[in-house]
Amino acid sequence: MAPEPEKLTSRPSDANGLLLPQPFRVKSRRRETADTFTMALAPASPRVEEWPFEPGQFNMLTVYGIGEVPISISGDPTEPWRLIHTIRAVGAATRALCRLAPGDILGVRGPFGTTWPVIEAEGRDLVIVAGGLGLAPVRPAIYYALAHRAAYGSVELIYGARSPQDILYYHELERWRGRFDVRVHITVDAAPPEWRGRMGVVTKVVAQARFDPSQTTAIVCGPGLMMRFTVKELLDRGVSSDSIFVSLERNMQCGMGLCGHCQLGPLFICKDGAVFPYSRVKNWFEKREV
Amino acid sequence: METIEAVLADHPFFKGMTPQHLAAVAACGRRVQFMAGEFLCREAEEALDFFVILRGSVVVEIFSHRRGPLTTGTIEEGEVLGCIWFDKPFHWHMDAKARQLSRVVALDVRALSAKCEEDHDLGYDFMKRYAQHLVVQFRVAKLQLVDMYGT
Repeated sequence: MAPEPEKLTSRPSDANGLLLPQPFRVKSRRRETADTFTMALAPASPRVEEWPFEPGQFNMLTVYGIGEVPISISGDPTEPWRLIHTIRAVGAATRALCRLAPGDILGVRGPFGTTWPVIEAEGRDLVIVAGGLGLAPVRPAIYYALAHRAAYGSVELIYGARSPQDILYYHELERWRGRFDVRVHITVDAAPPEWRGRMGVVTKVVAQARFDPSQTTAIVCGPGLMMRFTVKELLDRGVSSDSIFVSLERNMQCGMGLCGHCQLGPLFICKDGAVFPYSRVKNWFEKREV
Repeated sequence: METIEAVLADHPFFKGMTPQHLAAVAACGRRVQFMAGEFLCREAEEALDFFVILRGSVVVEIFSHRRGPLTTGTIEEGEVLGCIWFDKPFHWHMDAKARQLSRVVALDVRALSAKCEEDHDLGYDFMKRYAQHLVVQFRVAKLQLVDMYGT
């Protein structure tokens, strides 16, 4: 049984990072899909040199005059001087973020949240299942696992997207797939005839992945429905609910558990999560009324 | 070369089947290899075979005269492709085409059906596996319909 992450409640060590957005400059911006962009940020203030974070954590990004949104950190935790965020343009603040150009300034608070149990999973098989934009929050965990590959048993990365055009980090996935020590499965729900990859839902791939359920830590991130059925499949295969970790990104507004917007039963997602062992949230995971 | 019985014993669909039943099923099988682009089956043809995919990848399509072949899914190694038992006189309702060199065991549906009639223990075991396969197919189809990534 994998232990829960040590830091069940995570807050930035620097009080300034908690309450006061620090200025960051957009260094580069890359279009990933039709509505999703990846931005590299660097500190714009001499007071901030690095922004250490752990896999699974998120920042609150502020577009001055527009608003603030929680966005998972999707970069490499060993490069704390470069913040990477992948953002889908869905609301006013995220659309404004996606319009930012290199040189523009934005505010960053954080990092917030609990972490993927990549250290606790050492010595076990690791299964990472991501759907759609859910690949962004788990990418730091993938970087960590690949950098410490010898510490794990089998490593399976399963990624599902709606269509080939919606695949995130396409070239990076190709590169990971080229390694001999990790199995990468990519599947899409719908595709034109020229698509050479796999087609079908991600849960079907989970059922066929190679791992020892009794010695497996599973990391699951994606839309609610995808996570629900993926968790079900993992449980069916015999992975314990303590060893399945999910990320619940639900209406987070303040990042500190003060505003109450992200409350799920007794939990505040921003303060107690967003990464949880499934055993801790299973009673709330499928509740429709909350 | 491994016997058909041995390769079936390693296939997830037949996992845990008794050696006696495996031998009966294997007696209905033959090894077939499809090159990329070759069809395993075509719509409206009589469905004489139940395919056990050993290696490769198969795309399942429905043909539209206006839009051409529409892919509904892929079938990979460790899966099966079959449309049998309930749909006499056994006609395929889709096309299935190898996307790369694919090796399969093709089970003769009529022979297998006859063996299941003769030995109801075998029939029940095979039908349980086939029913489970259908349940998974239904679940997958439903999830594909709801657009999980838009939720």
